[in-house]
Amino acid sequence: MEALLDINWRLFAIVTLNGLTLASLYFIVASGFSLIFGLMRVVNMAHGSLYLLGAYIGFEVSEATGSWLLGIAAAAVVVGAAGAALQVSILSWMQGQDLRQALATIGVSIVAADLMLAQWGGSAYQITLPGAVSSFVPVPVAGRYAMARLMLIGFALVIGIGLWLMLNRTRVGMLIRAGVDDRRMLEALGVNVPLVFVGVFAIGAGLAGVAGVIGGSVLSVSPGEDARYLLSSLIVVIVGGMGSIPGAAIGALLVAMAETYGLAYTPTYGIVYTFAIMVAVLAVRPQGLLGRAA
Amino acid sequence: MLRNGLTLGATATLAALMGTTALSAQEEETITIGGLATLEGPFAAPGEDGLRGVELAIEEFGGEIAGHPIEMITASSDGNPDVALESARRLVEQDGADIMIGPLSGSEGIRIAQYAKEQPGTTFLNGGSAAIETTLVDPAENFFRFNTEGAQWTAPLGEYVVNERGWDNIVIVSEDYSFPYAQIFGFMATYCEAGGTVQDKYFTPVGNNDYSSVIAQLPLETGEVDGMYVVLGGSDAVNFLSQYAQMGGQLPIVGGTNVTDQTVLTTQGPARELLPGILSSGPVSDNADLEAWQEFVQRYQDYFGDEGLPSPSLFASNYYTNTKAALLALQEVEGDLSNDHEALNEALSNLEFTSPTGPVSLNENRQATAAIYINEVVEQADGSLALEPLERIEEVDQYLGLGREAYMELGLPSRDNPSCPS
Repeated sequence: MEALLDINWRLFAIVTLNGLTLASLYFIVASGFSLIFGLMRVVNMAHGSLYLLGAYIGFEVSEATGSWLLGIAAAAVVVGAAGAALQVSILSWMQGQDLRQALATIGVSIVAADLMLAQWGGSAYQITLPGAVSSFVPVPVAGRYAMARLMLIGFALVIGIGLWLMLNRTRVGMLIRAGVDDRRMLEALGVNVPLVFVGVFAIGAGLAGVAGVIGGSVLSVSPGEDARYLLSSLIVVIVGGMGSIPGAAIGALLVAMAETYGLAYTPTYGIVYTFAIMVAVLAVRPQGLLGRAA
Repeated sequence: MLRNGLTLGATATLAALMGTTALSAQEEETITIGGLATLEGPFAAPGEDGLRGVELAIEEFGGEIAGHPIEMITASSDGNPDVALESARRLVEQDGADIMIGPLSGSEGIRIAQYAKEQPGTTFLNGGSAAIETTLVDPAENFFRFNTEGAQWTAPLGEYVVNERGWDNIVIVSEDYSFPYAQIFGFMATYCEAGGTVQDKYFTPVGNNDYSSVIAQLPLETGEVDGMYVVLGGSDAVNFLSQYAQMGGQLPIVGGTNVTDQTVLTTQGPARELLPGILSSGPVSDNADLEAWQEFVQRYQDYFGDEGLPSPSLFASNYYTNTKAALLALQEVEGDLSNDHEALNEALSNLEFTSPTGPVSLNENRQATAAIYINEVVEQADGSLALEPLERIEEVDQYLGLGREAYMELGLPSRDNPSCPS
């Protein structure tokens, strides 16, 4: 009996850490998604494709150069540019038409998925982590835990705090917040709003790209991941509140915890919990936990 | 000019419409083969290779049988039975396929075999799917499976790990659908019989990519548990193995057939460290010194060159075998498709031939009896991984050698059946 209790606590600690690390990954992907939505009201259905593209680029670059950090940087830059291009070439033509933009991005995601399948094939890749983080660290109760996964939590904290500082403490952040509140007034004040839009799109897409490399290192990259992370981002922001970065953090935590505890303790119903949370939030607080009423 | 174009178009349409009905009495009517495989989703690479097998078989016959040109059309699925059914309907009901080859995934196969009953005028051959139920539970008269299925593939392995490796207590990690159930069913049928026990089974949803919560419950090295039986495919296998390796797991592994498929063996990263030495079993062995296999590999490599995989996968082999069966039977009846393919179906039922993996024949359920290999993953001189045959077991039948009655008593595979706890 004593041994049983002992094992259960260890498992519980590990599962909790797993939930936290998965939440970190979900947060990084969803924060970009939420940022774009918050300012432009664009539901970017190609966000998952940007994640997958980032992962593949990170794989190619880190394979070629042997440097994982270069892979992250390349993914952030290239995917950020791809996001900006998406905004300039397609979405800017239908600014303000939410539904049309959502449909256009679905189209983009389908084309992108096929192009990436043609280029990288159907098999799964894994991005090699630097030796320094592919080790274990002793953790109380859990025994030991993979450094790479703990690093994920650190990444999410850095990105979360960075985003918060940028939005609340810088001029760019002020512009973005002003744009969220009153786009026309901002334009009247002489700010080049379309340029701000492109910039925000690039940041949001770049975050997806970075998340792709991290996800591709800790987990793996294969076709179909695009739809998976788009779905998780959607659920996270629906739960947390569209356009809110702290909301994305809370949403990611709830969704990832439900998923991991579900898989560990009741494997059959893991997916049900996620949607149950979404349904509950929609029923009680349709704008999301930290979302503002439209 | 415009008017002319319109008339021409209308005539062509009319001719095309007539083609399906009026011309069927003529001798040189084209015979259409519909290939159905997963070209989307996690099994995209296996699906692509499966269709290469179909193409290769048709090419082998010079694209015609007894004066009938053979036309190949294809449709895609994503591993989901509903999508597979929709694509099959399109091939059969809209595009007029005479012969269907497919699908690829286990649960898809069960659905397509049901659909075959609604379409007695079409002959269905399996592609790569390998669930037990497809040809066991109320099998369709016009559905033929010239490849062996999931339980046949793993039956020899269960006995082998007990007798040759001395294992008697294992844990199982598996995806949660019909094909892995079959692989566990076949394995455990002989494993439990030989005296082995299964301590625990862990089922995860297909496409799950974070296995850490399952891994936390697994032993990392041998002790009470001798080894682990892993039944995962494609990226699921890669994810699980690399995360298990990252957590420092060292338990010896026996794999379901898909764990050692070329799509997994070509992976890079931590998973690769665990792959050499894994035991598995299945219809194909990359390094088999069988003449028919080597010929097949040569023809595959000559025809597809760099486009194909370094060595044909399990799926290319299975799709090829089924297509070749269809073409051999067509040759025998000289392309006679009259009376709901009566002659063709009869010929198929009695057909015996040499597939890339050796002689194959069908039983009364139109399910193949053929040889199975026990394989070990080895590192080749050029650094690539391949399956090295340890043993070849001839004529493994649908009932795993138990006879129909004893086999039926085992019941149908599920999460809980079979079980042999310690």
